[in-house]
Formats: sequence, C-alpha cells, structure tokens
Amino acid sequence: MTDNFSETINISGSEIWQLRLYVAGQTPKSLAAFANLKKICEEYIQGQYQIEVIDLVKQPYLAKQDQIVALPTLVKKLPMPIKQIIGDLSNQEKVLVGLEINHRKADQ
Amino acid sequence: MKKTQNKQLPKCLTGIQGLDEITGGGLPKGRPTLICGSAGSGKTLFSVEFLVRGATEYGEPGVLMAFEETAEELTENVTSLGWDLTQLVEEKKLSIDHVYIDPHEIQETGEYDLEALFIRLGFAIEEVGAKRVVLDTIETLFMGLSNASIIRAELRRLFQWLKSQGVTAIITGERGEHSLTRQGLEEYVSDCVIRLEQRTTEELTTRYLQIVKYRGSSHGSNEYPFLIEEEGISVLPITSVGLNHEVSNDRISSGIPRLDTMLDGRGYYRGSSILVTGMAGTGKSTIAAHFAQATCQRGERCLYLATEEAPQQILRNMLSIGLDLHQYIEKDLLRFEAVRPTAYGLEMRLVKIHNWIKEFQPRSLIIDPMSNMSLSGNTRQSKAFFMRLIDFLKSEKITVLLTDLTPGGTPLERTEIGVSSLMDTWLEVRTLETNGERNRLLYILKSRGMEHSNQVREFLLTKQGIELIDVYVGQGTFLTGTARAAQKAQEEFEQLSRLQKFEQKKRELESQTEILEAQITALQVQLKTQHEVLDSMIKQAENNQKNFLKNQEVMVKLRKGD
Repeated sequence: MTDNFSETINISGSEIWQLRLYVAGQTPKSLAAFANLKKICEEYIQGQYQIEVIDLVKQPYLAKQDQIVALPTLVKKLPMPIKQIIGDLSNQEKVLVGLEINHRKADQ
Repeated sequence: MKKTQNKQLPKCLTGIQGLDEITGGGLPKGRPTLICGSAGSGKTLFSVEFLVRGATEYGEPGVLMAFEETAEELTENVTSLGWDLTQLVEEKKLSIDHVYIDPHEIQETGEYDLEALFIRLGFAIEEVGAKRVVLDTIETLFMGLSNASIIRAELRRLFQWLKSQGVTAIITGERGEHSLTRQGLEEYVSDCVIRLEQRTTEELTTRYLQIVKYRGSSHGSNEYPFLIEEEGISVLPITSVGLNHEVSNDRISSGIPRLDTMLDGRGYYRGSSILVTGMAGTGKSTIAAHFAQATCQRGERCLYLATEEAPQQILRNMLSIGLDLHQYIEKDLLRFEAVRPTAYGLEMRLVKIHNWIKEFQPRSLIIDPMSNMSLSGNTRQSKAFFMRLIDFLKSEKITVLLTDLTPGGTPLERTEIGVSSLMDTWLEVRTLETNGERNRLLYILKSRGMEHSNQVREFLLTKQGIELIDVYVGQGTFLTGTARAAQKAQEEFEQLSRLQKFEQKKRELESQTEILEAQITALQVQLKTQHEVLDSMIKQAENNQKNFLKNQEVMVKLRKGD
C-alpha cells in the first residue's frame, strides 16, 4: 500500500530540495499531505526535489531520532536550514514559505 | 470473588518516603496522576524518583518523556541524589525521550494530530516493558504548537490511551494563576491530583505536598512538608500519627543510680518522654549526658541533638565530670547532630529528625535544649511540633529526653512551650540560694505509671559525675550545702556531748549504788548482831525461868511442905 508513497526522484539543476514526509499509515491526512506536497513540488521546483516518505508505524524509532511529534510532518533537510512543516499541507502559501521557494516563483 | 479489597483501587507504590503512607499505598495503578506546582517545587525530581524507585525497587521499568530538559541534563541533575540514570537506561530499566519542539522551526498548515508522540511513547514502553510513565511537562506542547484545540483533543486521547496501556503515569503541570495548571490539565486527569508548593515564611523556605484529589481512595488531606535530601524526596506524614502505639513496660536506667532509685527503683520507661527543666547552669545537660551514657552502655544507640552548644564543647564539658562520651561516638553508638534553630523551619526540622532516626536507628533521643528548637515558630506551632515528634517517637518506642530552660523569674513549674502535659516524666533541677551559695536540688515533679519518690535530693556535680544526696530534713526545715553539713556537724557534736553526759550520770549512779550497797551490808551486819543479842537475851531469860522453877521445887522439898 505504501507503494503510493514510493519515492519520487527528480533531479535537475543545482539546488535540490531534500524532503522527508513522516506519516503513520495511510490516513486521510497523510494522503492529503502527500498529494499537496507533490503538487507544490511539481509546480515550483520540478526536477529539483527528492521526497522520502517515512511510515512511523513501520519505523517507530525514527520518531524519537528525528524529533517528530505531530503527524503528518514534512521535514526540509536541504537546503539548510532544516525546517518542519506540520499538518496536511493544505495551505500552499505557508508551505512555500516553509520550503523557502516562494520568491523563486516570483522570479520566474 | 475479590471483595476483600474494600472496593479500593489497586495502587502502585511510589517508593517515595512517606508518600505511600499518605496515599494509603501509592498512586492509582494503571492510571495517570497529575502533579502540579510552581517552578522549582520539585515536580521533575518527584517524577524521576517515582521512575527510579520503580526500576530499582519494584522491578517496574519506566519511560520518562521529558519536554523541557534533555536526557543529559536530567541525568546530571539527579546524579547528586545517587541515581544513575545512564546505568538504568543501559540495563533497559528506563527509557528517556526528550521531546524537543522549537516553534521557530515549525510551521503549521492544516490538520494534524500528535500520533507521532503516541508512537514514540508506545515504542519506548515496549522497548523496556514499562509499567511507569512520566510526562514532564506536557504543557510545553501548548507553547510549541499553536493549535490549542488540536492539542486538547490529543491530550484527552493520550490520557485515555495511557490507561489502555495499563501504565501508571505521572503528568506534571505548571501551576496556573487561578487553576491548578495553566492549561487546565486537571480536567483530563481526574483520578489523582497532587499539588506541590514552595513557601517562604520568616526567611525559611519549606516545600509542601498536598493531595488535592484521589478518586476512590481515602487520603490525608493536609499539607505535608517534604524535603529534597541526599537520597531523594521524603514526605513526612506527621499528622497521620495517632495515639494507638504500643506501650512498653520495659524500664531503662537514667544513668544515675540514685535517680533510678527515686523512680521506683528501676528508672524510666522505655519509649517514654522525659523532660528535664531548670534554670541556666543547673546541670540539665549533665542529666542528659548520663542518660546518653546509660543508653550506650546497654549497647543501644543514642542520638543527641545539640541545639545550643557545639558537640565538641559538650564532650569536653562532660569529660570534666568524668563522662567519656567520645568512646561511644567511635563505636557508632552515639551520634551528635548540631542544629541551629534558624537552619530550617519547624516542619523541615521534623523531617530532618525523622530521617536521622530512620538512618541511625537510635533507641534514645536527646534534645538539648528543646527551647531552642522552637525559636522559629509560635507557641501553637511549637506545641504541635513537639506533639508530632513525641507521637512519632512513641510509635517507634524511642525514649526521648528533652531539656528545657526555665527562664529566671517565672513560675517554676511551667515550660515555655507548654508541653509538660505531653511528658511522662518530669524532673526539675532548682537552685537554692542560701548562706551565700547556690545548691542544686532535684525534684521529680511527675512520673506517670510508677511510684516515684516524693523526696527532694541534693544534686552534686562531682568528678565522677552526678551524685544525689539526701537533704537534711527535720525540725520543720530542710537544709542543703554547707548549711546541711553544718547542721550535721552540730548534730554530731550534740550527740557526742549527750553521750558524755550520759556516761557521767551513769558513773554517778553506779557509785551511789555502791555506797548504798555498802550501807546495806553494814546494816545487815548490825541487824545480825542485834538478832544475836536478842537470842542470847531470850535464852538467858528462859534459863532464868527454868532456874526459878527449879529453885521453887527445891524450896518446896526442903520445907517438906504438902
């Protein structure tokens, strides 16, 4: 079932967004979050992102290790600094601010 | 089938000294308990001790979810209490998870839940097989995350989930202005609520614990002082001590043989309370030291709380009257604890004494002087203090000897704190000023349950310790000191002269007797002579008569008459 969350790797250009989405199984919220994230990435940073989906039900120790409290949580590992965005990512503006890609869109 | 438990909830022993007594067996088992209090009131320490005791004493591993401090900080903070969290973690008896939420690094968009927290907790519980869980301080979530309604809903779910896990949990919360906790956590945790508080009165800070709520269980409702000590927290259930302790018929020596004689010949009762009152310099401490010596000589332990003189000074002074207490200190039979009245509040002092007793296990306790104990409280508090202390000592069958200074110019049979009614035996040392000297007198004002002497004894401090001597009683007065000695000399002199007079008289009478006896002999001789004269006279008269008759017959014959 987690195949739906299979990693999507699109690399082109110099800057790469390394993203991790933490979920716990397939809940409506996690599905929504993934869909929202995918849409934003495709729209603004196509080919420059990497999404890793981590199911904490399968890897519970990662919750402690990566300091995850809320679900779903999106962690931007790169570019620095590390940022956490929690929630179903339904507010596109906020996600863009969080991922620091808002201004790039304006440039284009 | 199991109705024997009186419908009481199953409880989980905390292992925290005193708390299990107040709660009648610990926290509600398998349920969350809320501990709230202001910053620095000891919430974290309390929770950590709950886990440490569980892991080390009850075989119940625990999980500590810390929202404020890191595992390293926590470990460091409790090292001084002798708890090695690192080792417990290595032994899989404890799992520490520091939950770190930085609002600056987190952005919220849309719906979320705290499922990750559940997963973390569940994973940690499973990892060590935890029976105990601490969440310290979960309210931090409200500061890290902005959607309060989500947090509230999730907390409600979390506490339900903890119950379903069957773990006994402690949730700590910061005290709010008008509620027990800032975020009203008491709404969610309804089984047991404990409040910790730190108060400062007259420059003395005391921590208190109160059980605000304990559903389905009886519990002490007072504020109990507690102390953070070298080995953790200890709560003193002082007000829960009753009057139903066992009474001993065992008797122990006072250390002064003559005093034992006065006390029905056998000394004090074991486990009784003895009060020695007197003005300054009357020898109260000496009586106490004798008692300490007697205790140690029986091979029992004695705790001496010196509130006025330094222990070294007491030792030196006692040596001057031939009491070598040093040897007992070396044998670990005697221990001095010097306590200054200002060092702690009364409550704290009680806890402290409680702990000393628990640790040293003495059979006798000396407080010298008790008047100094109560400087840090009013009369009512002091009386309550001593009442609790004595109740506690009686329940432990510890004999306590207290000395109390009677201030000059006050009625003698009166103690400053009004505790005399709590005492079983009351000795009073008075000084009597006569003929330019002060002499000490010892009275037994009362001694419950024994036929004690009603006599006053003169009390001498000699190089061999205390000596009690009879005072001079007679001719409607009693005398002490040199007056007693003078009176005794006078009496001896009188006795001697009386004896001499008697001898003289005796001799006189004897010589008179001799004279009389001589006279009697002379008279008897005289009488005898007279008798002889009389006899011879009688004989002569008879002879004369015979001769006369004879002559008549002869005359008749001669005349030839008819």
